[in-house]
Amino acid sequence: MKQFVYTIKEAVGIHARPAGLLVKEVKKYQSAVTIAKGDKSVNALKLMALMGMGVKCGDTVTVSVEGPDEDTAAPALEAFFQAHL
Amino acid sequence: MITIQGKGVSAGVGIGPLYFYHRAKTTITRYTVEDTDAEWHRFKGAQTAAIEQLGALAEKARAEAGDEAAMLFETHQMMAEDLDYEEAIENLINEQHLNAEAAVADTSVQFAEMFEAMDDSYMQARAADVKDVSRRILGILNGTVQGGIASEVPVLLAADDLAPSETVQLDKSKILGFITAGGSGSSHTAILARTMGIPAVVGVGDALKPEYEGRQVIVDGATGNVVIDPDDMTRDRLMKKREEQLRLQRLLETLKGQPNVTKDGKTIRIYCNIGSPEDVHAVQVNDGGGIGLFRSEFLYLNCEDFPTEDQQFEAYKQVLSDMEDKEVIIRTLDIGADKQIGYFDLPKEENPAMGMRALRICLTRPEIFRTQLRALYRASAFGKLGIMFPMVTSVWEVREAKRLCEEVRRELKGEGIPYSEDVQIGIMIETPAAAIISDRLAKEVDFFSCGTNDLTQYTLACDRQNNDLGRFYDPHHPAVLRLLQMVTENAHKNGIWVGICGELGADLELTETFLALGIDELSVSPRAVLPLRNAVRMTDTRDSSARILAALADEYPAH
Repeated sequence: MKQFVYTIKEAVGIHARPAGLLVKEVKKYQSAVTIAKGDKSVNALKLMALMGMGVKCGDTVTVSVEGPDEDTAAPALEAFFQAHL
Repeated sequence: MITIQGKGVSAGVGIGPLYFYHRAKTTITRYTVEDTDAEWHRFKGAQTAAIEQLGALAEKARAEAGDEAAMLFETHQMMAEDLDYEEAIENLINEQHLNAEAAVADTSVQFAEMFEAMDDSYMQARAADVKDVSRRILGILNGTVQGGIASEVPVLLAADDLAPSETVQLDKSKILGFITAGGSGSSHTAILARTMGIPAVVGVGDALKPEYEGRQVIVDGATGNVVIDPDDMTRDRLMKKREEQLRLQRLLETLKGQPNVTKDGKTIRIYCNIGSPEDVHAVQVNDGGGIGLFRSEFLYLNCEDFPTEDQQFEAYKQVLSDMEDKEVIIRTLDIGADKQIGYFDLPKEENPAMGMRALRICLTRPEIFRTQLRALYRASAFGKLGIMFPMVTSVWEVREAKRLCEEVRRELKGEGIPYSEDVQIGIMIETPAAAIISDRLAKEVDFFSCGTNDLTQYTLACDRQNNDLGRFYDPHHPAVLRLLQMVTENAHKNGIWVGICGELGADLELTETFLALGIDELSVSPRAVLPLRNAVRMTDTRDSSARILAALADEYPAH
């Protein structure tokens, strides 16, 4: 399993648009991706659960990637977070 | 004749028969099913059809209103195929043997409630999206057609409120205007109406009665007036206004790509004021020549703690790279007075307009300022940046701010981080003090930008937030105009340029005056660019300038 920690820079947090883009990105990989904030964690393929976490600007999330392509998926997702969130 | 007052949210005059939007009623019958597998497949079929419809709507929205509008439907698409949403429906069908309609309706309520319970007004509003998506799936399951306009002739469309998907699927050639009972200037109907140039009035409440259907109505999207059965005089007046607007609209469209040049060949730059990176789109659509004022406050207002250097860098970089080689002037932090932020822990003041605000905070707490300056210089490598300090009164303040800029540049150089050497540094002229010593300030900076809202408030000793002061708060006051004249002369004597970024810049009554004074740049809201360009192109400074300058110097004016 690969993990990285990320602090949200997007002023509006994980709102509908970035959440939608994230789901699209995660779908490209076979690995299971989970996003955790505090004691809550969700499957990153689930748009509404992701929005329901209410992640705001300045919040820190832990992203875990587990699966056959985790070595390529984790850095790609980290780059995605840096570019969009 | 009956007149109703609403809120005009999309300018223009529409005239035609009133038509009430008929929403297809989806009545949910609730029953239990034996064959849960077949019921599940019935849901899956409707879900697939809904996703297809939403895809088509996204494309329609993209063509009519751009990528932002399309993204809304793409989000709806993802909601329709959301795993949790689907699973909740599956469980209701399999375990409680519910029919698909009831399962969708119950799940819709459950997810809408989750969003409504969130502590963020944006997320609360997403409940409407879940309901909209569910209504679509239910419509397909029931075989009911979506609501629409069953009229052969174009109409003025009235509704309690319209969901975004409803607005987009309407046949626009049938719509002369929108009138809604609810809604606000930022509702989807208002935004789409503005994008498509259809007049719209919202918030008329229950004043619009069903018995008005079919009667002739005029809607004025600028004033918010809705007139039922207009008399001849009213109709003639509004029709004239309509023709005038249509003519102007066509004219403005032809002005895109044209220079801001007067009849006698004088040019002026027309830039835009923006408040967030998303506004860049509007600047491009309206053909703004650059950004004359990018208010950096949004970064601070949307966060619960100080935004980091990286967060700021990303936002500045985005605007600079989106604007390519066009100039972008970013104003440093302008907090205080009417804009307070909790985490700054600013002590309460008796008179905040004259208190600890803007550059005064930055020089008192340089660690906050330094973070912003580092982010700005790092972003400067990605475009054509100008940095502007607000609320200047003294030369030493500007020198101190410039010294901090110099320190930041040295730091970045030491760390091997790239930045541009050509960043212009300017100041806002918004206090009488700055205007009066503008000859000295001009030696310190590359440009001036006059903030006329505050300049008027401080010069006339008139609180701009006190509506009772009405006629006393007069931005056309000769004291304000003479200060602008003085600032312009001092700027030009020292070889620097001067702009106006307050609301006055878009005041078409003063366009001739600004040209006469020799102002180099006007920065206005994106929608004001083309009307302003038109006003510039109508001006002949050979006719107007001498007269205006003489009036400004006149010791004994007529009033």
